[in-house]
Amino acid sequence: MTSSPRVALMITCLADLFYPEVGERIVRLLRRLGVTVTLPRGQTCCGLPLFNSGYHAEAAAVARRTVAVFAEAETVVVPSGSCAWMVKHEYPGLLAGDAEAAAARGLAERTYEFSQYLVRRLGRTAFETDTPARVAYHDSCHLLRGLHESESPRTLLRHLRGIELVDLPGSDECCGFGGSFSVRLPEVSTAILDRKLANVEASGAGCVVACDAGCLMQMKGGLARRGSAVRAVHLAELLDRERGAREAP
Amino acid sequence: MSEPLITTPLRERAQQALGDRFLHEALDIATTKFIGLRREAFGEFPDGERLRDRARDIKEATLQRLDEHLERLIDNVERRGGHVHFAATADEARDIILDIARRTGARMAVKSKSMATEEIHLNEALAAAGVMPVETDLGEYIIQLAHERPSHIIAPAIHKTKGQVAELFARELKREVAADPEVLTRIARAELREKFLEADLGITGANFAVADTGTVVLVTNEGNGRMVTSLPRVHVAVMGVEKVVPSMTDLMVFLSVLAKSATGQKLSVYTTLIQGPRRPQELEGPDEFHLVLLDNGRIAQIAGTLREALYCLRCGACLNVCPVYRQIGGHAYGYTYPGPIGILLTAMLNGPRSVKELSHASSLCGACADACPVRIDIPRMLIELRKEVDETKLAPWPERVVFKAFAWLIRQPPLYRLGGPLGRLLQRPFVRAGRIGTLPLFFGHWTRTRDLPPVAARTFQERWAALEREQP
Repeated sequence: MTSSPRVALMITCLADLFYPEVGERIVRLLRRLGVTVTLPRGQTCCGLPLFNSGYHAEAAAVARRTVAVFAEAETVVVPSGSCAWMVKHEYPGLLAGDAEAAAARGLAERTYEFSQYLVRRLGRTAFETDTPARVAYHDSCHLLRGLHESESPRTLLRHLRGIELVDLPGSDECCGFGGSFSVRLPEVSTAILDRKLANVEASGAGCVVACDAGCLMQMKGGLARRGSAVRAVHLAELLDRERGAREAP
Repeated sequence: MSEPLITTPLRERAQQALGDRFLHEALDIATTKFIGLRREAFGEFPDGERLRDRARDIKEATLQRLDEHLERLIDNVERRGGHVHFAATADEARDIILDIARRTGARMAVKSKSMATEEIHLNEALAAAGVMPVETDLGEYIIQLAHERPSHIIAPAIHKTKGQVAELFARELKREVAADPEVLTRIARAELREKFLEADLGITGANFAVADTGTVVLVTNEGNGRMVTSLPRVHVAVMGVEKVVPSMTDLMVFLSVLAKSATGQKLSVYTTLIQGPRRPQELEGPDEFHLVLLDNGRIAQIAGTLREALYCLRCGACLNVCPVYRQIGGHAYGYTYPGPIGILLTAMLNGPRSVKELSHASSLCGACADACPVRIDIPRMLIELRKEVDETKLAPWPERVVFKAFAWLIRQPPLYRLGGPLGRLLQRPFVRAGRIGTLPLFFGHWTRTRDLPPVAARTFQERWAALEREQP
């Protein structure tokens, strides 16, 4: 690459409020790869909860704002598959016929989920980890079936020295989060989660990895409650630096 | 008449289902098996994906000229001596069938599995009119004995374990019955032979009807469909209007995706093609053949938000993969059609009020759309239904206020950023060892079974200034 790539981080409300360390890992990792990272001011939530619950006029108003906030960004990186899906898949439709329609389509094209950005945009797959573990990968629904991505996170995990990727039965099954679903039908949501966590625990993994803060909140919440030794982490928390690279003195 | 509204809250219905150990066991075994079989069937069949696209295209093209295809179907059925009836509502469909029963002096009706007749609640109406309905599909036979309704589109007794079925048979027959599927099937078979010979009326649904030839197509696995359509004097087939397909060539496309999606079979054991009543030279078949074309809310959706739901082949694949269905089973949904597609069909048949809660009985994981042989975008339509529920103010007002307030808040970045400090202040009494284990009020819906992460000591946006300084 000739000029250094620049990305704007869309931190997302969940990562901002609850998992800021994920954002920090991403920023540091990208910088080590020579990427300039900015955090456009005024970002909040992408509006996915509004959209999924059917509040589309409100979601469109949020989309309009978000498109403006990221208007200058060359490339946008999002640590959650569902928020990336919202921007890529739903913003253009919500703002179709709007003055911002073209801008929304542009933002959709320039937006990447974190693992996709590393693998498909930068072509960087070989990293080192500072937390060796046996891990299982959970396919987040919006990343898998919304953005059709199952390989990028697995590619990164397989290349990580010190990480053993084990097979997770039902890895493509929902964790039961589903946004407001998790509190509208909490018992059903939890029953679905229990099935997921039973699979994770049976897989022999010490750690379940996902690329979505929603799934992580659900799985972490369930694991903690059952006093499990298994941890749930965001993929970025396992990626330390590119293999062979040394920290600048 | 549409189905009566269910008034027990969905959450209660779901909780009741979750507490049923037998239901859980039965569902887990059956859905896991169905998922594996379907995956295998398509795995062995490289053209599967293309055929699914083709099937979808045919459905869409057929809907665009549904009236023409139906007219051709009617002409061709009548040309072969069959009678065609059009029923705008479930009431009309029942009246048509009761009329036929009365005119032909029917006392007993044997039925092969049909969701369309479940939809119009035909059995109750037949019984009230003095015609004894006898279900002959094994699953339907079981639930008729148990006085229940189907809990799955293709496996009506999926909610029962074989032990429960054996107990049910034992109670009916007043003797010991082994919990062995073969034994149970043999018992049902012996019971049903008599009924086939005794019945005056054979009632079926229709998986397809071919417009070009006037052929009604039934797909079954037990052979009971053939007995129902050939032994009684009169055969009545009840079919949603959307089931018409233009040609035999089109039919082949559907047959090849239907069985794979439903049961993982290459083809169902019996594919029965029926053209009108028995002809003079023929040995078998009924004297009269009636086709009842059922609208019941379908035609209005050709131009409605649920249009794509009219593609549905009733294969049940979306139920098997749905994480919600797999936990609560079909009865908790409350209406005739369960599962993800069932929510859409419930809205189609009974209006948006019936799905006020049901439209939220999905995590929107998308597994249904992925499994659907005709790629119906079920999550998209569930969202559309939610939108309708909100916009027509069917959604509870506190919910609407909360969402609208949230929408306003996240358009005010300074207020949104107050979420950090404010959250930390409010959560203070509840954080124990870095976790939130109990919260009052509505938040308890989360914390009763899961920990909630506390708002971080410093949010990412609060950390950004320091992160920026790190830059080399």
